[in-house]
Amino acid sequence: MRRLADLYEALDQTTSTNAKVDALVRYFKEAPPEDAAWALYFLTGQKLKRLLTTKLLVGWTQELTGIPDWLFAEVYASVGDLAEVIALLLDGLERPARPEELPLSVWLEQRLLPLRDLDAAEQRERVVSWWKAMPRRELFLLNKMLTGELRVGVSATLVIRAVAQVAGLPPPGVAHRLMGTWTPSPGFFKQLVSPDVSDGDRSRPYPFYLASPLEQAPESLGKLEDWLVEWKWDGIRGQLIRRQGGVYLWSRGEELITERFPEITEAASALPEGTVLDGEVLAYEDGRPLPFARLQRRIGRQKLTPKVLAEAPAAFIAFDLLELGGKDVRELPLRERRAKLEALLKDRPRFPISPSVKAGAWEELARVRGEARERNVEGFMLKRLESAYLTGRKRGDWWKWKMDPFTVDAVLLYAHPGHGRRSSLYTDYTFAVWNGQELQPVTKAYSGLTDEEIARLDRWIRAHTREKYGPVRSVEPEQVFELHFEGIQASPRHKSGVALRFPRIARWRTDKKPQDADTLDSLKELLHAHR
Amino acid sequence: MAASGVPRYLNGTLSASSPFQDRPPLITVTPLGLYCAPGDFHIDPWRPVDRALITHAHGDHARGGSRRYLGARAGEGLLHRRLGADATIDTLEYGERLRINDVTVSFHPAGHVLGSAQIRIEHRGEVWVVSGDYKRAPDPTCAPLEVVRCNTFISEATFGLPIYRWDDTRLVAEDILRWWDANRAVGRAAVLFCYALGKAQRILAELARLTDRPAYVHGALNSLVAVYHEAGVRMLPTQLVSETEKGMSFAGALVLAPPGAGGSTWMRRFGEHETGFASGWMRVRGNRRRRGFDRGFVLSDHADWPDLLRTVADTRAERVLVTHGYSDPLARYLREKGVDAAPLATPFEGEAED
Repeated sequence: MRRLADLYEALDQTTSTNAKVDALVRYFKEAPPEDAAWALYFLTGQKLKRLLTTKLLVGWTQELTGIPDWLFAEVYASVGDLAEVIALLLDGLERPARPEELPLSVWLEQRLLPLRDLDAAEQRERVVSWWKAMPRRELFLLNKMLTGELRVGVSATLVIRAVAQVAGLPPPGVAHRLMGTWTPSPGFFKQLVSPDVSDGDRSRPYPFYLASPLEQAPESLGKLEDWLVEWKWDGIRGQLIRRQGGVYLWSRGEELITERFPEITEAASALPEGTVLDGEVLAYEDGRPLPFARLQRRIGRQKLTPKVLAEAPAAFIAFDLLELGGKDVRELPLRERRAKLEALLKDRPRFPISPSVKAGAWEELARVRGEARERNVEGFMLKRLESAYLTGRKRGDWWKWKMDPFTVDAVLLYAHPGHGRRSSLYTDYTFAVWNGQELQPVTKAYSGLTDEEIARLDRWIRAHTREKYGPVRSVEPEQVFELHFEGIQASPRHKSGVALRFPRIARWRTDKKPQDADTLDSLKELLHAHR
Repeated sequence: MAASGVPRYLNGTLSASSPFQDRPPLITVTPLGLYCAPGDFHIDPWRPVDRALITHAHGDHARGGSRRYLGARAGEGLLHRRLGADATIDTLEYGERLRINDVTVSFHPAGHVLGSAQIRIEHRGEVWVVSGDYKRAPDPTCAPLEVVRCNTFISEATFGLPIYRWDDTRLVAEDILRWWDANRAVGRAAVLFCYALGKAQRILAELARLTDRPAYVHGALNSLVAVYHEAGVRMLPTQLVSETEKGMSFAGALVLAPPGAGGSTWMRRFGEHETGFASGWMRVRGNRRRRGFDRGFVLSDHADWPDLLRTVADTRAERVLVTHGYSDPLARYLREKGVDAAPLATPFEGEAED
């Protein structure tokens, strides 16, 4: 535990990336694997399921310190972190001169995890006895674990870099070994830093390579012939694994979705052993994708009845090859991976390849991009033909060039308070457009305003409230906002009859009056324009 | 809760009751500042007045423009630095009594900064003490707080929450030295932000017990360091940053600067460096993280929670009025403990957060 406290302190006390990696390397070199596995568990952002309620912890603290409720609330409001509040308040307790030291794994496996099965009286006895025997900074970490809030301010990339340095392995290999589900055991950690590359949980996916949004002019990317241009599919990014007789389909959120798409899984069993494809799961019919809404409806269904499968048949559109014949090919240039992919899928009609979009010049490509909506795609993907398959979001080789969003000018009608840090502010809004002489609510939107604008709007809302319905306020219909959204679909569940996709606030149009807002009819026209 | 709305006695649980409870208060808050009517003077006024008694030389307590000032002799140099060389300043030794109109006043060490004082005012047997700012932790740059028994104690409450509790100053000084050494070992400068008056000199004095390496100081600290030297305080040797040769390397140096210098172009000359901030507010992690300091050193010239409670008890005051900082919670806590206590609204700041 002391070693973890040292690490936490070292990470907390520097803003330098290199110093953070150095501290992590030092830790992973020194810590025994059973402790290192747990540290890694927390460092990669995983949490223990709640062991006991925070209410109990607060109550025991008050008993020990004689702090009344109102004063505890006052202190909490000024600090904002329960684990820290408790550690600071208990700092006044007498402590033994030589506190006992137990390894992190013992703390977790023999002390913390068993708490869950004890009654409150036994929990109290144990936790209080630990509190009385621990130095402050360890007590703080203990509280963080007890409240399930232990987060350490380092990114996964830095942790991976440090582990890779300790193991003498390339970082993508370590990232790969950290994918999927794992339990913090010494065996896991030893495997993680083992130089043996023939490892593998056969279901384990590779980390996805993510594209960055293209914000500059496409011409700045250089010659068009150096790039592979594909449609940007509007589905679920997926990795399809065929290894050792099994088939596994992972979503980008590292969720195993094999069971949700039996038609894909079944088709994949015919792929050769040791194949891993990167691609997109789409609702797909007659050689063309269906709108995302169709796929979404299918995801929402509990049971995959034949009717559901028929309404939204799914396909896996492949666009990259990560493993071939059991060999990791991510280091090959895209040009070669693509050629191997085409050869592999040549006579497999159930695995369409994401086609390459041909154009003579960037200018022409920009015109073709205008077809995106009617094709039910989101725009283009631009991938450098010489690029390796990297890990995470690395700028430079993969870009997403999305079509311009739809826009609508709408009037603010209702305001709702936000959550967490913003719970004292009105940050969630309902917007309306004109339906004849009436304002018809069409969508909610949250993000897009600056903190300063949110504060200003919050003051305006409080001063111009018409009615309160519980936490919700209706306001004078005066403020106009420009909203952006990615798509629109007919929706019998909404009174307006339409539902917007990814609505967000683009601008506060203080230059517009409510009568300048758009109409429901103009929105419905969009509905007919793209189907 | 406003001071006037606070019940004078709480459930009759008061340990002592004031024999002077029927008299008008000896000190009141007026638009000009704390005012003592029978003595016809103000204490730490925030507007110019005829006669001002000053507890110490910090800007929120010693303001210019008054016709004449009275302070503790140990703080005379700092008061002149603050109020100007031609301000009319009379001084008293600690403990020396002076009759002013119908009252007798005296100054007693507050342990806050060089020359800081509590002001004792006696009027027909009733004694009030205005604490100004104070601390109980040892400080080699000033006289330690003297407990003054009184009927009414006006206490500060800058850190009036139970999370504020200071470690031994010597441990903090060792921590600062370790941080300096660690940066020195890798050829980085260590820039430590601290208040120009009091904190900076205290750090230099504490470090002088552990090392004799010189430190660099910002111009805002330098003249004040000189005043402390004149008062005989032993500190690390210092050199003014602006007097170093152009292009000199600060690798391995310790630099003391006021918090306002952070992020300014003045910082550029230090090359690779880490920053630290020495303040009681650094006790809370979020305060440090929000300001982006690498290190926070918990070091304050104000009393922590246990020492606020201890001092209130030591004065044996029957009534406690609480100013600046967390005055409401401290007053409420004292009332629940049976002390007749109320907050007193003043514009004093204590230890500002930046």
